[in-house]
Amino acid sequence: MTAANLRTAYGESLVRLGRKDWRVMALEADLGKSTQSVMFQAEFPDRYFQMGIAEQDMTSTAAGMALAGMIPFVHSFAVFATGRAYDQLRNSICIPNLNVRICGSSAGLSDFGDGKTHQSIEDVALMRAIPNMAVICPADSIECEKMMDALLDWKGPVYIRINRNDLPFVTPVDEPYHIGKVTKIRDGKHVAIFGAGIMVSKALEAAVELEKDGISVRVINVSTLKPLDREAIVRYAAGVDAIVTAEEHSLIGGLGSAVMEALRSVSHAPVEFVGVPDTFGMSAEGYDGLMARYGLTSAAIAATAKTLLKGK
Amino acid sequence: MAKPNEIRRIAKIACDLRADVVQMIGVGKVGHIGGSCSLAEIAASLYFSKMNFDPKDYTNKDRDRFLLSKGHTVPIQYASLIELGIIPREDITGLKTLKGKPQGHPDMKTPGMEAVTGSLGQGLSIGVGMALALRYAKSPAHVYVVMGDGEIAEGQIWEAAMAAARYKLDSVTGIVDRNHFQATGATKDIFDIPNLEAKWRAFGWNVLSVEGHDVGAILDALDTATATKGVPTVLIAETVKGKGISFAENTSAFHNASLTKPQYDQALAEIAEAKRNLQ
Repeated sequence: MTAANLRTAYGESLVRLGRKDWRVMALEADLGKSTQSVMFQAEFPDRYFQMGIAEQDMTSTAAGMALAGMIPFVHSFAVFATGRAYDQLRNSICIPNLNVRICGSSAGLSDFGDGKTHQSIEDVALMRAIPNMAVICPADSIECEKMMDALLDWKGPVYIRINRNDLPFVTPVDEPYHIGKVTKIRDGKHVAIFGAGIMVSKALEAAVELEKDGISVRVINVSTLKPLDREAIVRYAAGVDAIVTAEEHSLIGGLGSAVMEALRSVSHAPVEFVGVPDTFGMSAEGYDGLMARYGLTSAAIAATAKTLLKGK
Repeated sequence: MAKPNEIRRIAKIACDLRADVVQMIGVGKVGHIGGSCSLAEIAASLYFSKMNFDPKDYTNKDRDRFLLSKGHTVPIQYASLIELGIIPREDITGLKTLKGKPQGHPDMKTPGMEAVTGSLGQGLSIGVGMALALRYAKSPAHVYVVMGDGEIAEGQIWEAAMAAARYKLDSVTGIVDRNHFQATGATKDIFDIPNLEAKWRAFGWNVLSVEGHDVGAILDALDTATATKGVPTVLIAETVKGKGISFAENTSAFHNASLTKPQYDQALAEIAEAKRNLQ
């Protein structure tokens, strides 16, 4: 039974990969209880490396392991995994295109209590910009499990963005997955909503609301932000009157930017982004309240779609 | 104790490496001469004597690894790989050119290179990761990581030093090329790091001080390093920046510089003379 909690699904999947392949190793910077890498530690203590609170060293250490033929998984909060160790990711790992997997846990605003220092709203922008780096973000635990299985064979570095909390199940259990896949999970003809991560479920909620007003909405799960399936983005953006992107990330450099990069040079309906404006996060008593504070809600998505349609 | 014949053989190779470095950088092209020449005896001792490294099987999974954390001095590593026949000799003039293969800093597309370094401070961490993985795979391989005495201002070096000690990585040997100069001046003026031996010792390492142009001393220290179990060893190698080229010695002026034609000729003549004196 798949756990609704993304971290739990991640931790369990990592153990499964460890059983499948002896080359899987895990590195941790003292956040193992949060990232759930502790599950791997319990089963594979000799393949688990506690590197202390030293993310830069941990990241280059993973490069060395990959150079020696292993498949290391590096763990930290998304903000530190990508920001604190950016230069190590870029130079030690991405230039030589090594098989390192970077788990950015507690991504986006999902670490609601810890505030702006611990919330990552620019990690996708940073990771997308590095040549060779793949960027993936599961919409739910079902997809997370499939993504993890796909990480065994993928050549090159991958950044996987993991939410801290329980996410609704939105992706089909039986559908095969591969990195690079962009999936239509709801069909409709008036509006296309491209979502990533938790915002896919909010897009589906918005679609139900819009349906009540006679607006038919298709929802597309862009769980691979890079390499982006440009052909699929163009195809799913075609024939609608409005396009909305929805992401738990800065409006700069994330899913919205990626979709617009894909749609450049083709004619398309008007596009609007739902995401975090160019500002840092803040502490909150709960995840939903924090998401609402930045307009990351199904209601905001629906309202954005309606505004675009009115402008037609 | 290293034998006199072996010491002479390696010392001559070190001269050849310096000559290769000078030819690689050539006339009018900027290159990292100073920190390459300070490493000639160390590189020669590792690649041509100490390391388990077969140039005909240079990707063997159990090979010893040479990592140049101070990646800007990659000409000395290219020179070693040229002399071993791994990099074609004709590539010597292609350094840092669009048509040539050897990049300005270590790059995996050049045969024989072990890692991407150049953003300073990352090589020891990479070496530790290799050693942890190789130990898990029950490989006998040893990992050598060469660092600069300016480079070790990077905090990541000390993170890696702690990690190596914490994991009792006796299959890692660090070498600090203590040539006393960095890009813009003397290390004591730019960012002095005093009590270097005591610092490494405090970080849990076995520390050996060695004269970095004395091949016999280097080889003996490397043997001590690999015989030391349970802790990593670091060689603090006392060297001369620009060693072997009189006008480039003990100055930051030739950290990354070009040679005029007269300087180029003089450099090669001095290196040839040094080699002749070893006969």
